[in-house]
Amino acid sequence: MTRVLVVDDEPNIVLSLEFLMQQAGFDVTTAGDGESALAQVQLQPPDLVLLDISLPGLSGFEVLERLRAQPDFARLPIIMLTAHGREVEREKGLALGADDYVTKPFSTQQLLEQVKRLLGEGN
Amino acid sequence: MKWEALLFVVAFGYLALLFVIAAWADRRAETGRSVIGSPLVYTLSIAVYCTAWTFYGSVGRAANYGPAFLTIYLGPTLAMLLGWLLIRRMVRIARAQRITSIADFISTRYGKSNGLGALVTLVAVIGIMPYIALQLKAITFSHAVLTAYPAEAQPNLFEAGILSDKSFWVALVLAVFIILFGTRHLDASERHEGMVAAIAFESVVKLLAFLAVGLFATFALFDGPGELLTRAAALPELRDRFGLDSVPGGAGGWVGSLLLAGLAFITLPRQFQVLVIENVDDRHIRRASWLFPLYLLAINLFVIPVALAGLLLGEAARDPDAYVLTIGLASGPAWLPLLAFLGGLSAATGMMIVETIALSTMISNHLVMPLLLRLRWLHLEGYRELSGLILGIRRVAIVLILLLGYLYHVLIGESYSLVTIGLVSFAAAAQFAPALLLGLYWRGAARRGAAAGLIGGTLVWAYTLLLPGFAQSGWLDAGLVTQGPWDIGWLRPYALFGLEGWDIYSHALFWSLLVNVGLLVGVSLFCHQSRLEQTQAALFTGHLHPDLMPTSLWQGETPRGELRALLGRYLGAAATARLLPPAADDDDALAATQEQISAAEQALAGALGGSSARVLINSVVRGEALDLEAVLSILDTTSQALEYNRRLEQKSRELARIGAELRKANEQLRELDRLKDEFVAMVSHELRTPLTSIRAFAEILRDSPDIDVSQRTHFLEIIVRESERLSRLIEEILDLARLESGRMPLNPEHLDLAQMARQSAEAVGHLCHERGVELEVQLPDESAPVVADPDRLQQVIINLLDNASKFAARPQGRTRLLLESHKGHWRLSVEDNGKGIAEAEWERVFEKFHQVEQTGDDKASRPRGTGLGLPISRGIIANLGGRLWIEKGKRLGGARFVIELPQAPSQAEKDPDAQWLPAS
Repeated sequence: MTRVLVVDDEPNIVLSLEFLMQQAGFDVTTAGDGESALAQVQLQPPDLVLLDISLPGLSGFEVLERLRAQPDFARLPIIMLTAHGREVEREKGLALGADDYVTKPFSTQQLLEQVKRLLGEGN
Repeated sequence: MKWEALLFVVAFGYLALLFVIAAWADRRAETGRSVIGSPLVYTLSIAVYCTAWTFYGSVGRAANYGPAFLTIYLGPTLAMLLGWLLIRRMVRIARAQRITSIADFISTRYGKSNGLGALVTLVAVIGIMPYIALQLKAITFSHAVLTAYPAEAQPNLFEAGILSDKSFWVALVLAVFIILFGTRHLDASERHEGMVAAIAFESVVKLLAFLAVGLFATFALFDGPGELLTRAAALPELRDRFGLDSVPGGAGGWVGSLLLAGLAFITLPRQFQVLVIENVDDRHIRRASWLFPLYLLAINLFVIPVALAGLLLGEAARDPDAYVLTIGLASGPAWLPLLAFLGGLSAATGMMIVETIALSTMISNHLVMPLLLRLRWLHLEGYRELSGLILGIRRVAIVLILLLGYLYHVLIGESYSLVTIGLVSFAAAAQFAPALLLGLYWRGAARRGAAAGLIGGTLVWAYTLLLPGFAQSGWLDAGLVTQGPWDIGWLRPYALFGLEGWDIYSHALFWSLLVNVGLLVGVSLFCHQSRLEQTQAALFTGHLHPDLMPTSLWQGETPRGELRALLGRYLGAAATARLLPPAADDDDALAATQEQISAAEQALAGALGGSSARVLINSVVRGEALDLEAVLSILDTTSQALEYNRRLEQKSRELARIGAELRKANEQLRELDRLKDEFVAMVSHELRTPLTSIRAFAEILRDSPDIDVSQRTHFLEIIVRESERLSRLIEEILDLARLESGRMPLNPEHLDLAQMARQSAEAVGHLCHERGVELEVQLPDESAPVVADPDRLQQVIINLLDNASKFAARPQGRTRLLLESHKGHWRLSVEDNGKGIAEAEWERVFEKFHQVEQTGDDKASRPRGTGLGLPISRGIIANLGGRLWIEKGKRLGGARFVIELPQAPSQAEKDPDAQWLPAS
């Protein structure tokens, strides 16, 4: 079963994404900050990560960098989530190796489509 | 007869000693180790002011008129104390212009006028002659007193023939002596260092001698000043003599004498010589300004005691002018009269040496040389060396001056007392003052005006002082004085135009200076100044700074050889080689540079005076000196360029300053811009977060119709809560914006802070209960009046209580609300038992959007704030005139927030109509 890791420090957002992904038929794990996200990745390697940028402690960018530094996760699909709408951050995320970039608030439909496309499940 | 030989030996021994001192000082100066470079020596050299007149005459005058003699010393004291800046100015000008004498100074000021220099010289010679005669008289008089005592002195030995008159020989010996050390060589840059050293030594000798006589008279002859005064007071004729009104001419006499002495102190040729010409360092003047008055005080200290002692001795003391000698002779040790004689001799010779040297320089530079230069048939330009001639002229002049003094002494001297002769000379010297002083301050003072004033003033002086003197000596009809010429009463010399009741000196000074100044000013106003005169006037009055002068004012050209020949002729080969060293062998054919011409003129001016130097330079450099207009136009160009540069510099400095200000303002704007961007980014971030949850759940609910009811309710609750958060956030952002722009509407009113705190505690009671946090409220029973906006204040208190319950420990959370009074303020504090806040964070929690880091399992369970509550609370409290800060909670150990508000007068005391507004 395809596993999605949801990383966000806002519990309600985690809850909504969790519900959304489970409804789409994915197995979901969650983390509230950067360090537990990295631990979760090692514990239950996901097939895709939804990663918020502004996290307490390690930021989303730092988590992304560390994941990409590990050969196992160099090609792991990662979608960055951010409440900052700024172009520079989008470019920075893509440069660091993010596969996609989603600005909050997002359309649940579009997000699902992006997730499915990255997982090769879309049409 | 034993005195005869002794005095001869002592006098010549003393003169020999002077010569040794002078020669020693000269040698030291040549080897660069000058002995006169100190304010003390400068002061002692100025003390040449105290002549034999002071030494013998003061006592005489005190014995006759009481304290009147003091004016002669108070004048110079005032001149020195008040006028030292003026003297310093003259010294600086004299140095820059290579001035050689007062005649040279005045002549140079008025366009290097030869005529004026000659006029000053003539007046000086005529006016000073009596003064020199006075010194000769003093020497022969003292000699006569000593040799004749106890018999009356018989000083007038003229009937026995010149050759047996001792004063004639004294004059001749002194002439030789002065020639020996006053005219040893002619050199432009040299001062008379030897002479100054000898004069300083003489000033010490005369002071010590007078002090010795004074101490003897006061303490040996009598039992101190007390006894002297008591005994003198017993004599009725003495009592009247020592009142202030005993000055001849009364108050007018005081002022006249002060002015006379003060002016003469500067304008007497010998005083100008030591004060200005011989000054080696103008910093000495300032010290001398109080040292010299001290010297005067010391030498006058015993004048009255000696006078009283002499009067008390009566017959034994003889003539009051001789008291200084006779007191010792009558009852003292044998050495005392001898010492007194030596003191008088030093006072007399000191004056004669300096005066004669000054006058001889003036005569040779302003009377003889200009004459010789004009006599073409002498062919002076054909001589290789003329400095010997000039020295010769000066030597002859010295002999002549002393002989003239002797002649005056023989013909007139007997009819006047010492003091009278001195004051006649003073009044003559005072005639130089208008031209000298006005010339330093009034640029318009012109040559013809100065000449007219000098001639007029001197004529009045001669008529009011000199002529009566001749008359009293029997040379003229005595009726001239008593009846006036041709019996015209208002022309009487001592009561001109009916001015009576003054002493003769004040009378003469008044009329002569009135005529002098009147003519100087009047004629100057109506005559045209020559170009050179304008330049010099500008230099002397300080309108033209010497440093700004072009190096030379000569327009013409001359070969260097010719310039060298000219210098060689007057200054000798050695000085010429030093002044204009040849650059190459055939250097002589080259044209002299402007600097060389200027140096040559200065050197010649130092030896021959400014006017002769100009004539000589003009004879080789064909072409007139530049006029003031040309000088000014050169200066103008220079100063315009300087001014332009200055303005440019100022402009560029201003531009740099403006640039820096702009940069700073720009940086501030950038910073503001950055802060604004950051704020907008934060706001959008904070708004997006609840919006994200709302949209996600709303879409989930829309797209999942089959979702079960409890989950649906949960999601809807989240939507509602997040919407509330969103509204709160928007509200707070607006609050913050209003606070920051100062437009928050506040409605302050009198209220009870205790009651407000109680209400707030009740409002959050439910919330605390929900969170399981205990709230302890500790408020005073009485009211706590403050002036504040109730809604806003409650908002702050609730915010703090909410925070406290949020961060209190879990489980068993505790919070405490406390109100207490502190130094005219109320302090409302909210404390919790949570982990507290690190001190480093205490200020940061009041920053916008700052979130206290929540970690671990706390996070999920604790509601998130907006990060705006505290900055808003602080803004509100500040607007209410209070403070909000954080500290460590002492009771519960967590964070403690304190609101401090000023106490208002209680409601009862309040005037109901008063509009009471808080400080904002």
